Amino acid sequence: MKVVVDMNKCQDHGQCVFAAPDVFSMDDSGHLAYVSDPDDALRDEVEEAADVCPLQAIRIED
Amino acid sequence: MTSRSARIVVAGASMAGLRAAEQLRAAGWTEAITLVGDEPHMPYNRPPLSKEVLAGKAAFESLSFRPRASVADVQWRLGTKVVAARLAQNIVEFDDGEAFSYDGLVVATGMRPRRLRCPGPLAGRHTVRTIDDAQGLRQALTRPGTRVVVVGGGFIGCEVAATAVALGAREVTVVDPLPLPMVGPLGELLARALLKRHEERGVRFALGTGVTGFTGDDHVTGVALADGTVLPADVVVESVGSVANTEWLDGNGLDLSDGVPTDEHLRVGGRSDVVAVGDVARFPNARYDGVPRRVEHWCIPTDTAKHAAKTLVAHLTGASHDLSPFAPLPTFWSDQHDFRLQSFGAPVLGKEDVRVLEGDLDGDVVVGYHVGGRLAGVVALGGQAAAAAASRYRAELLKQPALTA
Repeated sequence: MKVVVDMNKCQDHGQCVFAAPDVFSMDDSGHLAYVSDPDDALRDEVEEAADVCPLQAIRIED
Repeated sequence: MTSRSARIVVAGASMAGLRAAEQLRAAGWTEAITLVGDEPHMPYNRPPLSKEVLAGKAAFESLSFRPRASVADVQWRLGTKVVAARLAQNIVEFDDGEAFSYDGLVVATGMRPRRLRCPGPLAGRHTVRTIDDAQGLRQALTRPGTRVVVVGGGFIGCEVAATAVALGAREVTVVDPLPLPMVGPLGELLARALLKRHEERGVRFALGTGVTGFTGDDHVTGVALADGTVLPADVVVESVGSVANTEWLDGNGLDLSDGVPTDEHLRVGGRSDVVAVGDVARFPNARYDGVPRRVEHWCIPTDTAKHAAKTLVAHLTGASHDLSPFAPLPTFWSDQHDFRLQSFGAPVLGKEDVRVLEGDLDGDVVVGYHVGGRLAGVVALGGQAAAAAASRYRAELLKQPALTA
């Protein structure tokens, strides 16, 4: 699975980190970091992360 | 009637309707789904309408949701309004006269802005709910020398006021009968800090007084207040709450005084084939006191859709479900000027016992709201560090046993 975050849209709300902590995290300065090619087993939580992003900045490309 | 496949009708084609359709698929519903919505647009994200989009920093086109592939085959009836329902016969009626039968119904018709009924011209008075609203308001706000009066000092009103200042409006005044902005959801401590921050950034306030009318002939020229003053205004924004779109459900024996009441699994009227989602749903939250409430947070369409879809699909497919009662942890945010409010839990339940947990009210601060000495909600005000600090309390809020009434 390929995950793309539009960093021009991202405003560091961090909701994705709660939904998919194995894929998304906040670095020390409070900015988003993420794994762009997570294991397919994590699809449900990445979909959830995409749903809860207030800016709708997360895209899942198969 | 010829035989037909089973069908779920989703009344309302906004965020809650889209999420419901996606979650019906995720819950295993493979048969037909029809979404019916009165706006001509595909579902879009509303929060930027009072902020980035109103400010011109994001294009209107950027708001569209990307529906999941699983809903590529659903039927969209956009520009169509559901005007009546006969729940006992499993029939909904559209404004084009069609009567449509369903096996399952999702109520997702949402809210519309409440309007002020006091006398005066309508032209120049705006609300902020739809793309069309925001487009009209942006045009009005970007005229030079604009004087803006925002009626209603809640989150949307304060967001619009901040955006109007940033756009260079000559004067921006927020009017509210309450003594402080956002005091209803946040309580006095934070509301006072917010008033100060807004005033420092150029927003004026007329608090503790209501609106009695609008001056002007064809177009609004001012806002008359109960204390006798008239605020000159080229643009008025009415952000005085919302009204549930439930008239179409009249005549079905439901108490529609404030949205659509549901049980703990979001079922409506004791029926297993009707569920409600989004901000129209008045649901008990098992995490708190079990009192049914409507919750107009952005997270609620997604949370309710997930639970309601499982409930409905289990019923329609004859499967049993072992869902626990619906118990979301509410969260909301609001961006105003250069600061953000970020909330987790239910601060509104703990307004009697508010404590500063971290930081101070002039900088980044995290405030805790308590019920019976226990943390029920946190709100951060400030920059990224404050929001991050608040999120550390989220796990604690999730672990709490239910608050009993």
